Amino acid sequence: MTWSEMQPLLSQACWDTLYMVGWSTLIAVVGGLPLGILLVLTDRGGLLQNVVANKVIGQVVNVARSMPFIILMVALMGLTRSITGTTIGREAAIVPLAIGAIPFFARLVETAVREVDGGLVEAVQSMGGNTWTIVRKVLVPESLPSLIASTTTTIVALIGYSAMAGTVGAGGLGDIAIRYGYQRFETQMMWITVGILAVVISVIQFAGDFAARALHRRGGRSGPAPKLRLLKAKEPAAADVGKVA
Amino acid sequence: MHPCPGTPTPVHSTVTETHVITTSGLTKVYRSRGRDVTALDGVDLHVREGEVYGVIGQSGAGKSSLIRCVNLLERPTSGTVTVAGQDLTALAGRGPRAGKELRRARSRIGMVFQHFNLLSSRTVQDNVELPLEILGQSGRARSRKALELLDLVGLADKAKAYPAQLSGGQKQRVGIARALAGDPKVLLSDEATSALDPETTRSILQLLRDLNRQLGLTVLLITHEMDVVKSICDSAALMERGRIVESGTVSELLATPGSELAAALFPVSGERTGADRTVLDITFQGEAATQPVISQLSRTYNIDISILGAAIDTVGGLQIGRMRIELPGRYEDNVVPVGFLREQGLQIDVVGQENLLVKEGAK
Ligand SMILES: Nc1ncnc2c1ncn2[C@@H]1O[C@H](COP(=O)(O)OP(=O)(O)O)[C@@H](O)[C@H]1O
Ligand SMILES: [Mg+2]
Repeated sequence: MTWSEMQPLLSQACWDTLYMVGWSTLIAVVGGLPLGILLVLTDRGGLLQNVVANKVIGQVVNVARSMPFIILMVALMGLTRSITGTTIGREAAIVPLAIGAIPFFARLVETAVREVDGGLVEAVQSMGGNTWTIVRKVLVPESLPSLIASTTTTIVALIGYSAMAGTVGAGGLGDIAIRYGYQRFETQMMWITVGILAVVISVIQFAGDFAARALHRRGGRSGPAPKLRLLKAKEPAAADVGKVA
Repeated sequence: MHPCPGTPTPVHSTVTETHVITTSGLTKVYRSRGRDVTALDGVDLHVREGEVYGVIGQSGAGKSSLIRCVNLLERPTSGTVTVAGQDLTALAGRGPRAGKELRRARSRIGMVFQHFNLLSSRTVQDNVELPLEILGQSGRARSRKALELLDLVGLADKAKAYPAQLSGGQKQRVGIARALAGDPKVLLSDEATSALDPETTRSILQLLRDLNRQLGLTVLLITHEMDVVKSICDSAALMERGRIVESGTVSELLATPGSELAAALFPVSGERTGADRTVLDITFQGEAATQPVISQLSRTYNIDISILGAAIDTVGGLQIGRMRIELPGRYEDNVVPVGFLREQGLQIDVVGQENLLVKEGAK
């Protein structure tokens, strides 16, 4: 295959992947953020303590999260069809991707929110703030660097899953790799796909880390020393290691 | 009520006889892993309007539980809390969540914390504006008030900084400005200076004192440091194992024979020189002068008196003197001279003879 033959295929595949990952990330954040926060709030000693609700949500999240994606995709076909009218194509892939990512992101949110100092919650309570105020003004803004890092992790995981979705006709880079790289022995196409994925993942990871670190530094608890030498360390090796993994 | 700046402020200038914080029979039992921990055991506390009231006690005595019960961050197991005439325990309701009424009452009680508890994601000014956002004030009103308060605590130039860029003392100043945003009548302070170095501690205590004087703010503070009580409190209470074992104004405490708080607030040293000696601690306040009394005692009873130690200090704004003297002979031999000293209106504690003191008091 010549480059002029590959080029339109690849750019279409890139778009398809970004489309699937973009939408499913958005849905995962919208669904997983409240779920993760609820997991913290309903826990024992939480602001909305409710042991039963906590157990139920926790269990559902655990099961959904540990379900192999390929099985989830097959199991959800009925739901996918009723939502998108089809089980094939990039729109259809968004449904299992988003549903798989919601519990994944929710657990990350839970961990991030738990890290927020209980003293801050107490301070806002002492000012007369209610639970909603605490969520909006303390839990989310104070865990924002970690939430951004969690989102990055989720996007990277979704890129992986979307490649898997590609194998059952969702399009995207995974589809290209299978159809050309595997079935037609177009090794060159295969390696270009791998290269594109590597670049996309690196860029996303870099952007996410950069944003998280920038917020963290503003918040001041001197974030972890930049891993990439591209960044000029503005401060000497910091005392307390930040919470962004 | 408000003293003019520059003129020396009279002691207790802002204190009235109205009780602004009252707890009665306050009990708090924590249930953890099947075991009950009684953190508060029937605490009756009366804090007068306009005073700085210190609760001191060792770690685990129940001080934090007490102060957290005052704004109901902690639900008391039993007993009542009244702040500014409002029974907060009645407002609390049954559920674990604070209802609207309680939240409104809380917004009128300021609180400062040992670890400052500032939001790292907000600037200094935005931190001070937070309580005003909760009160639903407009942006312009909030920003005016926040800048005014930052000016009051001496941090006008740090409005746009983030907490991480401030020193401990500056952070606590922001904490104080934030606590004052809702124009509270009462400020609760949970070990506000315990994370600070001695120099900074002094400046923060001075600030609290000034705010108390300028705004007529009632301050209830808890601490494990006697110096804090000594430097700014009008009244104090000593807590042990969930109970208040001593309480009163500083001068009342100093006038209480055998008061542990008084002894700790104002220790005098000096060792007994022999077994057959009587050692007395004489405490006097204000203008009372001991010198003539001592020489009179010596002349009248023809005894040699040695002064083991003496000090004059300011405690809670009061000039206090203490002197430790030694008389020859055992206590039984000195009943008459001790009686003479008491007649002069001096407070006498017989060192190492507490049991005798009690017996004598019972007579
Ligand atoms: N949330 C809690 N759960 C269980 N026990 C507690 C809790 N808070 C405090 N306690 C216990 O109550 C006692 C008093 O604690 P606290 O009020 O913090 O004392 P202080 O502030 O004087 O150090 C301690 O024995 C402490 O272990
Ligand atoms: Mg404490």
